[in-house]
Amino acid sequence: MAQTPGTVLLNEMTNVFLILTTLAYLLSLGFYVHYLYSGREFAGRFGTLLLALGVVAHYFALLERSRGSHTVPYHDLYGSMSLFGWLLALTYLGLELYHRQRSVGAFVLPFILVFFLAAHLAPADRLAPPPARGPAFAFHVTLSILAYAAFALSFVVSMIFLAEARHLRNRKLGTVVWRLPSLELLDRMSRSSVLIGLISITIGTILGFVWVDRLTGQYSFYDPKYVITLFVLLLYAVYSWLARSAAWRGARASKLCIFNFVIVVLSFTVVNLYLSHSHRYF
Amino acid sequence: MEIVLVGLNHRTAPVEVRERVSFTTEQARRAAEELRARGILEETLVLSTCNRSEVYGVPPEASHESAVGLSSFLSEFHSVRPDLLSGSLYHHYDREAVRHLFRVSAGLDSMLLGEAEILGQVREAYRFAHEHGATGPVLNRLFQGALEVGKRVRTETELGTRPMSVASAGVKLAERIFGKLNERSALVLGAGTISEQVVEQLRSRGIAHLFVMNRSRERAEKLAQQFGGKIVGWGEWETALKGPDVVVASLSAEEPVLRREMLVRAMAARGNRALLLMDLGLPRNIEAAAAELYNVYVYNVDDLADIVQQNRQARESEIPRAEAIVEEHLAKFLSWQASVELVGLVEELRSRLRSERGAFLSSRLETMNHLSAADIRRIETLMDDLLKKLLLEPAERLRGERELRRKIQNVEALRDLFLRDREKL
Repeated sequence: MAQTPGTVLLNEMTNVFLILTTLAYLLSLGFYVHYLYSGREFAGRFGTLLLALGVVAHYFALLERSRGSHTVPYHDLYGSMSLFGWLLALTYLGLELYHRQRSVGAFVLPFILVFFLAAHLAPADRLAPPPARGPAFAFHVTLSILAYAAFALSFVVSMIFLAEARHLRNRKLGTVVWRLPSLELLDRMSRSSVLIGLISITIGTILGFVWVDRLTGQYSFYDPKYVITLFVLLLYAVYSWLARSAAWRGARASKLCIFNFVIVVLSFTVVNLYLSHSHRYF
Repeated sequence: MEIVLVGLNHRTAPVEVRERVSFTTEQARRAAEELRARGILEETLVLSTCNRSEVYGVPPEASHESAVGLSSFLSEFHSVRPDLLSGSLYHHYDREAVRHLFRVSAGLDSMLLGEAEILGQVREAYRFAHEHGATGPVLNRLFQGALEVGKRVRTETELGTRPMSVASAGVKLAERIFGKLNERSALVLGAGTISEQVVEQLRSRGIAHLFVMNRSRERAEKLAQQFGGKIVGWGEWETALKGPDVVVASLSAEEPVLRREMLVRAMAARGNRALLLMDLGLPRNIEAAAAELYNVYVYNVDDLADIVQQNRQARESEIPRAEAIVEEHLAKFLSWQASVELVGLVEELRSRLRSERGAFLSSRLETMNHLSAADIRRIETLMDDLLKKLLLEPAERLRGERELRRKIQNVEALRDLFLRDREKL
């Protein structure tokens, strides 16, 4: 029988990685904020470096924990939230390196930190393990959570877009606005992270069906999670299309992106907790 | 005293004086050569920009005379009456000269605080002087320090990052919206001083296409040639507003030329691509209501001036940080200078003591006939050991310990104490 999360938390190695991860993320946030205000290049570089260290430590924290509990890390609320935070950090890091733009870090890091810490405050869960596991299931969960992380990132970027556009329109430019990415770049960042999300959620959902098919030999279409996931997929596909189209280009597309994420959060919370019977934590 | 600086800048001299004392590169080379040929300076470097003309040098003899000689050389070289120059020229020595140069290359002494060009000009002046062999160890070290200060101030402080002119504020705004401008295009309506500056800046930021529209065809052709742009016929708004991302308007017209309805149609035609309108006309060229349109950003001269004002304050708040960098490098340079001088002093002292030792021993040992040749050699070795202990070890420490060098501020005094009495002996 697997150990309960309570005993796992006492695991010394887990604690070391926990502290390391928290420290790295906190310091990284500090450096990113400093970078945003001072514009000093070294602060930005330290932010990135510490975030990368945090990602590594976070990975080992997840690994240690799943070893301790003899299960995949996303089997419970703790795991899925922590994994979400990790994938968000990873996606952001990728986006930062791809677009060579560090000033968004200060806005993303709080989300990563909140998910990482909240995962540890979440109540221990003793749900029976899913009936079968395997690569299809693992990829289904990981890719779905990656998609949500990418959507979360596009949400943050869209919020920054709206704030910056508002400042530019009101002709009030403080220190921070000069340091933010250009509207054009924010737009591209948002679109590229939505693209990552769309690809992952599509593959993830297909794998989910494959897994259910292997497990039970039949599809069940009664789960509201399927409906809302398809809805989310559709919404983001619409966003991807509209963000390049004439009427929606710019602030409207960003608002749509923010609205979409609200639906994702609903799917994550209301649907998972009250409506769905097979999707509790992701 | 080792470094001398004589010069004038925008603060001390009006443009009529500055232009008479400025150096072309050829003149700078000639002046440096003459200064060294006449023995006024051993190392020279001429820094001449539109806001300053300065001669840095290392005189053969350390004295305030060198600045006087340098001043009269300047008035002679440029055939300017000495009394005309005397009120404008400033003289600095050593510490103050070094600090002055470091502040100059940091952009702290510039007319436009923190401007970037000066660092390039300092680099170029140094490269030129170095290539012609006008500099030596002191000026090399000094100017390398100055370039380092300039670089650090620009990377570590905000002194040079924010736009400081209306034109650059407009262009930076364009970059806020569009990112890199090398795939963007701009339409220039009419012409004016500021709009020309904006176009200049847009071009330096690599804008892909420029279009020019003007009431007079003749003027449009002239502008198109000047800016390297294409002409759009007057009044063809539909086509004119469809392509460009930035519109720079400075038409002289009683009424706004770009009306809201025109821009509504234009935005529909351009598929709502963002449009930045810079209204530099007075009275304004763009109807105020246009600013409400989706994805349209309108800035007039006052808006841009406001941004410049905010940035000026932000830049000024960075001065202490830049000054701190200057002071840090000043201390570093002075410490280096002191170490070089100290090492020289110790060498001199040692060679002097060595010769004294020879004279001293031969005079004293003359009367001691009982000593064998081996004894004499031994006594010599003992005295050498003593001198070595007394002098070599401190010399080694001076090389190694920066703090010690910092404490010994006045090498000149040491020299006076140990070596100056030689002449009297």
